[in-house]
Amino acid sequence: MSNTKNLGWKEIPEGGLIIEAGNAAKYETGSWRSVRPVRDEKKCTNCLICWVYCPDSSILVSDGKIKNIDYSHCKGCGICATECPVKAIEMVDEKEFNK
Amino acid sequence: MSKKITALTGNEAVAYAIKQINPDVMAAYPITPQTALVQKFSEYVADGLVDTEFITVESEHSAMSACVGAAAAGGRVMTATSANGLALMFEIVYIAASNRLPIVMSVVNRALSAPINIHCDHSDTMGARDSGWIQLYSENAQEAYDNTIQAIRIAEHMEVRLPVMVMQDGFITSHGIDCVEFIDDEKVTKFIGKYQPRYPLLDVNHPVTYGPLDLYDYYFEHKRQQAEAIKKSQKVVVEVGNEFKQISGREYGLFEEYHLSDAERAIVALSSTAGTAKQVVDELRAKGEKVGLLKLRLFRPFPYQEIIQALSHLKAIAILDRSDSFGGFGGPLFTEIRSALLESEKIPQNVNYIYGLGGRDINQVDITSIYADLENIVKKGKVEERIKYLGVRE
Repeated sequence: MSNTKNLGWKEIPEGGLIIEAGNAAKYETGSWRSVRPVRDEKKCTNCLICWVYCPDSSILVSDGKIKNIDYSHCKGCGICATECPVKAIEMVDEKEFNK
Repeated sequence: MSKKITALTGNEAVAYAIKQINPDVMAAYPITPQTALVQKFSEYVADGLVDTEFITVESEHSAMSACVGAAAAGGRVMTATSANGLALMFEIVYIAASNRLPIVMSVVNRALSAPINIHCDHSDTMGARDSGWIQLYSENAQEAYDNTIQAIRIAEHMEVRLPVMVMQDGFITSHGIDCVEFIDDEKVTKFIGKYQPRYPLLDVNHPVTYGPLDLYDYYFEHKRQQAEAIKKSQKVVVEVGNEFKQISGREYGLFEEYHLSDAERAIVALSSTAGTAKQVVDELRAKGEKVGLLKLRLFRPFPYQEIIQALSHLKAIAILDRSDSFGGFGGPLFTEIRSALLESEKIPQNVNYIYGLGGRDINQVDITSIYADLENIVKKGKVEERIKYLGVRE
């Protein structure tokens, strides 16, 4: 669910229109995840294949290098781990992080 | 000012109104009894008399879908249909209203199948009464023409931004030759003004998304907005009607009262039946009977407060429905009016007549018999049969 306060009917654009481009980033969907991708920086070659495949744009890159994974939007689908040619991404049960 | 009267059908009158409106896009599929309307308009397109992009589609579902796309893109958009065509559009009819797109649709009322029937009743548009569209019913070709022009202003009003359907009775009005007084092109152009789309998809500098997923956290708020918008449209209908009088000399409000203020008995009806009822009122008035008529123009939103004011002084009312609500307690117009009257301190005796299904004629004799029934109800002080079927063989 979103971490923003739900607005009343007088405060929102009419007809369910989205009138601000790119505002899906504000809607956090990471709570859906049951397994989390964890990257091993030593194995990672920064080939960016995971960045290409991620359906939620959750691989954060700058200057051609992977900086982080956006856990506020990653849903834990595991495509990045499957596609990684050097097996640098491991899917870890969320329970491990909520102990 | 000399009046120029033209003799033509309701379909031709509305096609002429659309020609004068000159919409950006018209997407329509032919269906009886609307066919002649779209055919006439397509002639205007072929003759280069309008700038409209005329989209011939493979079904009414596609017609309304094309209208939604074109309206979201930022165009002034119109269409027309009848009966089964409206039924086939149904999914997108709701989407047009929910996306707040000011599309204007001419609906030539016709019975829904089955059995297949091409003649007039109101089952098609009454089925769409909860779709979020504003509904204007027209008594004759003149009103169909006038309402079509006014509908553009109502739909596009910034506080409304909702689609409007303008009704006329299939064959009775759509194919009957009637006298119509057109308004000059320049006056119509000035009256409707230039369309100002609010969130056009083609404005690439202000990107917008139409129709995203909207779940339990926001859908309800968007429906609440819609309820408010259509409620506000009632005031706009009156304002536009007043302004329209300035260019046409013809008066339009929420409904027309015909010898109603001093009447004891009255009929409430929509569309062409009201014309027949007026004739009967004249005849009975000549005999000294205190009878009247309320012809409802605006059915959605339903102007219940004004209707209460107009009806509560009566002793008995007959509400005429040209459609049934199968399994309901009376037809759609009856349930609305009876429910509204509960807000009144004085509730007149009331009775519902379901009539004219599939184009079954209603004539002066039928309407005279209704006023006679109302007289008996007044005498007895009670209604023996609340929901009646008028003109059906037992």
